Amino acid sequence: MQRVLALGMVLAIGALLVFTVSTNLLPFGSFPTRMIGENFENSIGQQILENAPRQTGAANVVTSVVWGYRGYDTLGEVTVLFTAVIGVVMIFRAFRRRE
Amino acid sequence: MAGMTVIVRTIARLLFPFTFLFGAYIVLHGHLTPGGGFPGGVIIAASVVMLILAYGIERAQKRVSFLHAEVLESVGGLVIVVLGLFGLLLGITFLQNVFPLGELGQLFSAGNLPLLYLGVGIKVAAGILLIFYAMLFAFRGGEE
Repeated sequence: MQRVLALGMVLAIGALLVFTVSTNLLPFGSFPTRMIGENFENSIGQQILENAPRQTGAANVVTSVVWGYRGYDTLGEVTVLFTAVIGVVMIFRAFRRRE
Repeated sequence: MAGMTVIVRTIARLLFPFTFLFGAYIVLHGHLTPGGGFPGGVIIAASVVMLILAYGIERAQKRVSFLHAEVLESVGGLVIVVLGLFGLLLGITFLQNVFPLGELGQLFSAGNLPLLYLGVGIKVAAGILLIFYAMLFAFRGGEE
């Protein structure tokens, strides 16, 4: 009974996903358009590509996104790295002490 | 780990400066070419790991010890936060660029972006090295 219920649920969710993707997805190769400020035609990516060298002064647009437009996000990324290193060192020290 | 043969040691000694220089180039040109602090820091850490594998842990420890890596990682994080506070102290938002932008495409351009990437590069290199040291000491049982 439980197995039949689980199988039915999986099939229902799968059918829902296939239906949603096949009806609401953008056509292949088209660019998403959104209202940003007064600009309707261009997406946020197009805006960044056009304005990044002038606003941040970096020739590499990826860098201007990583540290210019999304600085907080990258600071969090660095914090994640810091926490990961602390965790690894802590675990291996405890591992050594037990031996 | 006592180190490897003379052939491996010689090649590692010859390759180390070039690998280190390549990593430093990737970090310092992060705002001009593809790359940046994260991959460049990993390349710098890999050059030191190559030296450790060739020469053994005792001789490598004299150059870059566990404590050095620990301190350098904190210094890298400190550089980023202090650069962020510069913007806050001058009355703009946190991490806002307060330095002159310079000319597009030059090495000294883009305000604080290269300095931030320098901090990230130091931090990632020291962090990867610290993980390597921690695993090494755990399975070898040496002193830190």
